[in-house]
Amino acid sequence: MSREVLSSLRKIDKDRNRFHEIVRGKIKQDLKKYVKHHEMIGRKGKNIVSIPMPQIELPHFRYGPNPKGGVGQGDGEAGTPVDAGDGAGQAGNQPGRHKIEVEVSLEELAQILGEELQLPRIQPRGENQIETYSGRYTGIRSAGPESLRHFKRTYREALRRQLASGIYDPEDPIIVPVREDRRYRSRREVKKPDFNAVIIYMMDVSGSMGKEQKEVVRTESFWIDTWLRSQYKNLEVRYIVHDAAAREVDRDTFYHLRESGGTKISSAYELCARMIETHFPPAAWNIYPFHFSDGDNWSGRDTERCAKLLNEMLLPAANIFCYGQVRSAYGSGQFKKDLDRAFADDDRIITSDIPDRDGILDSIREFLGTGR
Amino acid sequence: MTTSLTPELQAAREQIERYAIEYGLDFFETVFEMLDADQLNEVAAFGGFPTRYPHWRFGMEYNQLEKGYTYGLSKIYELVINNDPCYAYLMRSNAFVDQKLVMAHVFGHCDFFKNNLWFSKTDRKMMDHMANHGTVIRRWIDRIGLQEVEQFLDGCLSLDNLIDPHSMFIRRKLSAPRDDGSDEAQNTQNARDARNTRNEGVKFRAKSYMDSFVNPRARTARELERIRKEARAETRFPPAPVRDVLEFLLHHAPLKRWQAEILEIVRKEAYYFAPQAMTKIMNEGWASYWHSTMMTQKILDPTEVIDYADHHSGTMASSPGRLNPYKLGIELFRDIEQRWDCGKFGKEYEECDDFEVKCRWNRNLGLGRKKIFEVRRTHNDVTFLDSFMNQEFCEAQKLFNYGINRRTGQYEIIDRDWRKVKSQLLFSLTNWGQPFIHVLDGNYRNRGELYLGHSWNGVDLQLDVAAETLKNVCLIWNRPVHLETCLEGKGLILTCEDPRGEITSQEMTPSTSPEEQTAIGRG
Repeated sequence: MSREVLSSLRKIDKDRNRFHEIVRGKIKQDLKKYVKHHEMIGRKGKNIVSIPMPQIELPHFRYGPNPKGGVGQGDGEAGTPVDAGDGAGQAGNQPGRHKIEVEVSLEELAQILGEELQLPRIQPRGENQIETYSGRYTGIRSAGPESLRHFKRTYREALRRQLASGIYDPEDPIIVPVREDRRYRSRREVKKPDFNAVIIYMMDVSGSMGKEQKEVVRTESFWIDTWLRSQYKNLEVRYIVHDAAAREVDRDTFYHLRESGGTKISSAYELCARMIETHFPPAAWNIYPFHFSDGDNWSGRDTERCAKLLNEMLLPAANIFCYGQVRSAYGSGQFKKDLDRAFADDDRIITSDIPDRDGILDSIREFLGTGR
Repeated sequence: MTTSLTPELQAAREQIERYAIEYGLDFFETVFEMLDADQLNEVAAFGGFPTRYPHWRFGMEYNQLEKGYTYGLSKIYELVINNDPCYAYLMRSNAFVDQKLVMAHVFGHCDFFKNNLWFSKTDRKMMDHMANHGTVIRRWIDRIGLQEVEQFLDGCLSLDNLIDPHSMFIRRKLSAPRDDGSDEAQNTQNARDARNTRNEGVKFRAKSYMDSFVNPRARTARELERIRKEARAETRFPPAPVRDVLEFLLHHAPLKRWQAEILEIVRKEAYYFAPQAMTKIMNEGWASYWHSTMMTQKILDPTEVIDYADHHSGTMASSPGRLNPYKLGIELFRDIEQRWDCGKFGKEYEECDDFEVKCRWNRNLGLGRKKIFEVRRTHNDVTFLDSFMNQEFCEAQKLFNYGINRRTGQYEIIDRDWRKVKSQLLFSLTNWGQPFIHVLDGNYRNRGELYLGHSWNGVDLQLDVAAETLKNVCLIWNRPVHLETCLEGKGLILTCEDPRGEITSQEMTPSTSPEEQTAIGRG
């Protein structure tokens, strides 16, 4: 018995893995829901997120909610509220319906997103690659530290030497390695291309961008982050907000700031261009500027200036330039039309219309579906 | 690390076992094993059997147990397996006093397993047979593929509550009785009689002018109808509703060999676990009664009293919204013991209507111990509570009935009337608190379709889940399946034609009932 317990020690792992696969399938199935409500996804440490989902269970014929209630124990008069067990509506001697939290790594989440949206893996720009060295202990050599000694190979050398020199006695097969027999693992260095990438988020925070619009932006950028992070080892993120003037802010401010006033989009593009110039030379960086706005600009003249900035500064430097237009009650949506007209045949710029939360998934697909 | 007991614990075990025998407990040989938390969680996830077949739900279970343990929310003290020999797993990290408590508790369970009537038909070599089941299913996975086997297994498991716990006690006749026993002779005679009556018709012999008096038309019509019904019942399949749906499927669904083997395994395991669900309150109450009796009377060292009391009361704790089976069980056993000690039973006591006298009633009979041993032998939770739960007990235990307040949407106490409390409690335990589903017709509309019926008894089915479950019935039956139920007072039939398709539902009409259908189908 005890032997049985020990030998089946981690038998459960197989079942756990299978369960994990099923969970993954469920996340994929309900991805739209999770994308829409990314606040459901809790951060757990640096690389793990926890996702709430209804308990996966085998269906059984069972009763629905019992109008007659159940039986409990304790003090109280009729009318005293009863803490219904797990708070899920069922209580007492009725089984509760649970929610479970499953933990998934960000990388896996990105992978699920990629599979579901059929996003191509990003091909980093070829000439800009930086080489890094990484090594694996795949080689063998005759000198090295004892901690890296390769027992099997050492034994083999000793055996070979003893056989060759006739010391080996099959009746008494003792192998004694000497200094020359010792073999050590050695590190083979491999050149690996490595890429740096930066996302520059720009958002219109003028009066017409409401709370809901910001939430859409926040949600979409969470998923863009997640995807790009899975594609690049080193990902930097910068945030720019603008109304009539632009400035760089930190992440928190970016999402929560509410300004009012007019909108001069060119101010943001100018700042972005300056940022690229000073910090992110295109030769060393993959650059992803994202701009979100409700499509209202100060004037047609400013829009022309934007187009000029895009043409001369941003598009040549960026892998891809994405403009997402969030629909709001006040925005005219003119800017997207203008961009589309100005860059009709330019595949370096992608514009996308995001009507509401439901549109996020499609918009992500439009932005990242190019594989650049 | 070894799983055997430390010498210290071994000594304690021998001592406790001696006490248990002295008290009159009677159990199979019991094997104790010490496991670490992760091992114990693993065994618990497998339902106590380390060699169980592979299935994802065990992995899910393990994840939950592991999380509960890591965050300090839950901890398994012990696991006992109904088997001969009985296996008991102890948590290695338990303190010494806890281990003693747990061992005393375990002997209570073992005694219950061995002696309670409802366990009498369970497989006592389940430890071995579970391992065999594991081998069989693993072999089919290798041969057929995980996807297909898993899908079918999930389907079977989703129906594993559709069994008839009483059927274990049915004495089945050997196939085709060929002896000349009186039984059969009698049957043949009856059948011949029945035929004769039918041949002669339903009318008494009478002169034609007397006929309308001797054979009133209403009676004749009634008789004719009765005979027609009987004839119909004879051709109906199955002749009477079948509660053991799994068995019906096993015998009559078009299963491949691997499917039949898997279904049979699921059914066997369901029957093995069924008595544990039927006697949860009694079983835990009995084991708690004995650990508390033995610990406080014999085992406890004075230095351990506080720890013991702390852990015992932790186990017995109940919160308003959650009934604790340990608590309810131990209290009722103690109550019975006290009542039979004082002679508070029988006609004289029942008919006494002086409350004061009843309270002081004491005949010094001392029958309590004997009575509870008898109770643990013959009862299950439903009969246990039905027979022994009375007004005094309900009030002393502060039991109440709660329900949802439609205005606030909150659960609140409705009533402390003991009759309502008792009936509600019994309802929630009957058939494990699950709906009764029967096979009504295995050849519905004469098209080989399966017609299930839900015997509505006050509470509607959870319809969306029922629809999912019905798909699994369809998966196994391989032909359209129907479920007759009742929703908000209206008869309803759910139909599933294809396990991957949609469920359709229609309202019941006389023409959809299987009885009429048989009549149409067979003339």
